[in-house]
Amino acid sequence: MTNVKEHKNITCTFCGALCDNIEVEVENNQIKKLRNVCAISRKKYEHALEDRTVPMINGQKSDYQSVITKAAEILKNSKNPLIYGLSSTTAEGQKNAVKLAELSGANIDSTSSVCHGPGTMAKQLVGMVTATLGEIKNRSDLMLFWGANPVEAHPNHSKRYSILAEGLFKKNRSEREIIAFDVRKTPTAKMADHYVELEPGKDFELLMALRLLINGKELNSEKDEIAGVKITEIKEIAEKLKNAKYGSIFYGMGLTMTGAKYMNTWAAMSLIRDLNSYGRFVMMPMRGHGNVAGSEITMAWQTGYPFAVNFSRAYPRYNPGEYTAVDLLANKEVDAAFIIASDPAANLPHQAAAFLKEIPTIVLDPHWNLTTDLADVIIPSAIKGITATGTVYRMDHVPLHLRSFLEDQWPDDAEAVSRIGELIENA
Amino acid sequence: MLKLKNALIYDPKNNKAGVKEDIWIENEKIVAEPSERKIKELKEKDILEEIDLENKIVMAGGVDIHSHIAGPKVNSGRVLRPEDHRRDNVPRKGKLRSGVGSTVPSSYVTGYRYSLMGYTTVMEAAGPPMKAKHIHEEFNDLPFIDKGFLVLSGNNYFVLKFISENNFTALKNYLAWLIDVTGAFALKVVNPGGVEAWKEGKRMRGIHNKGTSFNLSPSEILLALAKANDELGIPHAIHVHTNDLGTAGNFKTTNETLQLLKDYRVHVTHIQFSSYGKTENDKVKFITATDQVAAEINRQPKLTVDIGQLVFGEATTMTADGILEYNLHKLSGNKWVNTDVEMETGSGIVPMNYKKKNLVNDIQWATGMELFLKIEDPWKVFLTTDHPNAGPFTAYPWIIKLLMDSNYRNDYISGMHKNFDDYTDLSNLTREYDLSEIAVISRSGPAKALGLENKGHLGVGADADITVYDNLEKRDIAEVFAKPKYVFKSGRMIVKDGELITELQSGKTLMTKPDYDPQIAEDIREEFQKYYSISIDNYGVTDNYYKKVEVVPCNFKG
Repeated sequence: MTNVKEHKNITCTFCGALCDNIEVEVENNQIKKLRNVCAISRKKYEHALEDRTVPMINGQKSDYQSVITKAAEILKNSKNPLIYGLSSTTAEGQKNAVKLAELSGANIDSTSSVCHGPGTMAKQLVGMVTATLGEIKNRSDLMLFWGANPVEAHPNHSKRYSILAEGLFKKNRSEREIIAFDVRKTPTAKMADHYVELEPGKDFELLMALRLLINGKELNSEKDEIAGVKITEIKEIAEKLKNAKYGSIFYGMGLTMTGAKYMNTWAAMSLIRDLNSYGRFVMMPMRGHGNVAGSEITMAWQTGYPFAVNFSRAYPRYNPGEYTAVDLLANKEVDAAFIIASDPAANLPHQAAAFLKEIPTIVLDPHWNLTTDLADVIIPSAIKGITATGTVYRMDHVPLHLRSFLEDQWPDDAEAVSRIGELIENA
Repeated sequence: MLKLKNALIYDPKNNKAGVKEDIWIENEKIVAEPSERKIKELKEKDILEEIDLENKIVMAGGVDIHSHIAGPKVNSGRVLRPEDHRRDNVPRKGKLRSGVGSTVPSSYVTGYRYSLMGYTTVMEAAGPPMKAKHIHEEFNDLPFIDKGFLVLSGNNYFVLKFISENNFTALKNYLAWLIDVTGAFALKVVNPGGVEAWKEGKRMRGIHNKGTSFNLSPSEILLALAKANDELGIPHAIHVHTNDLGTAGNFKTTNETLQLLKDYRVHVTHIQFSSYGKTENDKVKFITATDQVAAEINRQPKLTVDIGQLVFGEATTMTADGILEYNLHKLSGNKWVNTDVEMETGSGIVPMNYKKKNLVNDIQWATGMELFLKIEDPWKVFLTTDHPNAGPFTAYPWIIKLLMDSNYRNDYISGMHKNFDDYTDLSNLTREYDLSEIAVISRSGPAKALGLENKGHLGVGADADITVYDNLEKRDIAEVFAKPKYVFKSGRMIVKDGELITELQSGKTLMTKPDYDPQIAEDIREEFQKYYSISIDNYGVTDNYYKKVEVVPCNFKG
């Protein structure tokens, strides 16, 4: 006899857009049908129960309790450990990780530091004018995409929150004007009314040019262009920005991780701030990982700081550039690493990732990845939003509660981290 | 069982002012003195603990009716201000987690510092419903104190829609549903209509003009919410942040609001920010208008207010009043965060540094002080700094000293701007608060206004939340109130000799559950699904977020 169960309003955790309208049909602990998923999440769901990690120590199969004990031992014996990742685990897992960092005098950092972290640093300089996604859907008459390509990276974004969404005051595509800024004509740019192609690495210049115009200053350029864009075109754009009733800008890593890095976002934040002297204007970072926003949120309420925190003095200290994972690893300053729900071997610069091979490295992850290949200890875990419950924060900091709909043999991240913490605390 | 003996009890609710009595505590509550036989039995079994409080002042634990301590706006303030934390580090100690302090402390440190000051109940002042899960997540990391939150409702789409449709039944059902699904305690109303106007790119002034797409005036919104709140029997009044807050001449709007709502229960919060006059031929523009506002408060029997006393030094302003923070940013040039929350509210954050040499700041400081001294009945006026807006809550002991000691107050005034006396008559006010009045404004009054019958007093049946201070003889008043000798929370000692006991303890989350017809959730479903960006089925706070809950009954009757 088969037992088919339907689950509605499931939250997909694979990107920062956190669509919460997924429908799943389950039979014999297998996904039979999926509705409302995008191409990316369909693959993730369909292969969720494949390639699962098992407890391993030094390349040998082990058992769950042994890998937990071994992890505690490594962290306890380490003088300056690093806890890193966090963006793909739950808020509950993140909270426990901060406590573990405190107990073991560790550095703790999230993938935010190599993604939208520079934007958070820019926010600390000027602040940020933002809104929840529904607000933008409901009100925004002018939408800008800057170094962001949601059509490929957040496939349901345009339908649910932006270009094509039905809003309260703005009902459809024809009531919105869309401008895309990028270095190549992305699929998102193809959906826009205007595409502005700028020279790679010149975002700061273009943003500052717009800011000058907004503030009533003149633009001068010998070549009659800035960042590869004609002055006349920049002036036309500035007029559009000034005339928006409720403008919005979605920005991606094309802005935060290129050229002037955090000063790019600083320029964008300053521009958007200034535009509020005309109409309303808001901005939204297109966060990638499902709960990377949560990693900043949970760390902030416990430590006061969003990432790059060090506990060697028994209280939190914050210094991006010093306590950020890339720097700690590349400078060979840490003597052990605990990677939670992330794949630094695939994503960090080579010099930083390579150092993980030289120090005891623990990985907590439901799936095999490049980092598990070089790990000394592997702790398997349940999959958030599929076999594990918990809390995740969307790119606009809206919290959502995850339910599980499949069964798993492994405890979730929060429990694994908590058990390691208890072993250290009670040692 | 615990016996606190020989205490000098200040318990205004039970008419005790310095009465020497014993307090008996059992199972987290204050109980009647047991029979002699029972006492003998307890002694024989060695389960009677006694603490001698000879010559010590004893009050109920402090109750803060309005403070920003948890949730998305507070946390965004933390992220915004690393410079605020760096000078105030709190290391891990025993089981006490580490953190940072200053104007926007981390969650643990917020719990520690309220406890160290003898406060045991704090109301988070403004929560956006859509992010309520975040508030409850933080509450679970906010140790020792009992807490609840006020849910923002003055610019909510469904609230405005039902009022504009004259559908009062739906309004009541919706508000009760909102409180239920978000785990809130009571209703907060911030610049009603004005925040929606800000989101529409418009400006509103006063309470009588209509100015948004809902075609409603703030007075229509206020009246409907006050009436609904009374009919729902919610233990606390509607908690109002007035229109035109922070602007010169706003006392007129404030008094109009008070008169408009005179037939209903109203609590007007941080009224200092709403009690300014305007001087036309003067570039300072601001002047105190406390005579007019205090007179209206003194006239009205049901009304309560808290002050939002300004404190010189660093502060972090944060409010759901988005337009106000935009104005503060334009005025100060300081960094500015704004977050518009779909269908519900706005919000903003701007750091500030209030300076004694800034005449406008001096006038704001004097406005708060004057209100404390001109409002006759202490049961109508409560001690707050609208933390961290007008200053941090850790300044309460200093404010108590200013109220109790007019010599100190006058000395302090002598360091103000040279033109200070042209704008305020504070120098002429000689009133001094006594200990009973301090007990009213810092615990008994706020507890009564919140409808917390078990808080703010030391009678039989009260929660055993108790603060023990040294006697004031030959001691600095501010020091005594900053460092209680002992603090008991739910019958357990959490502070001894000014230090936290190094065990973490969780306080309760206070909620209300007004009755409603559950059909309301179905009635709003279609619009919700269209215009929110999450499903209504994922909107409510689920039970897994609640650790220790106390549901306060909705038994107010008009």
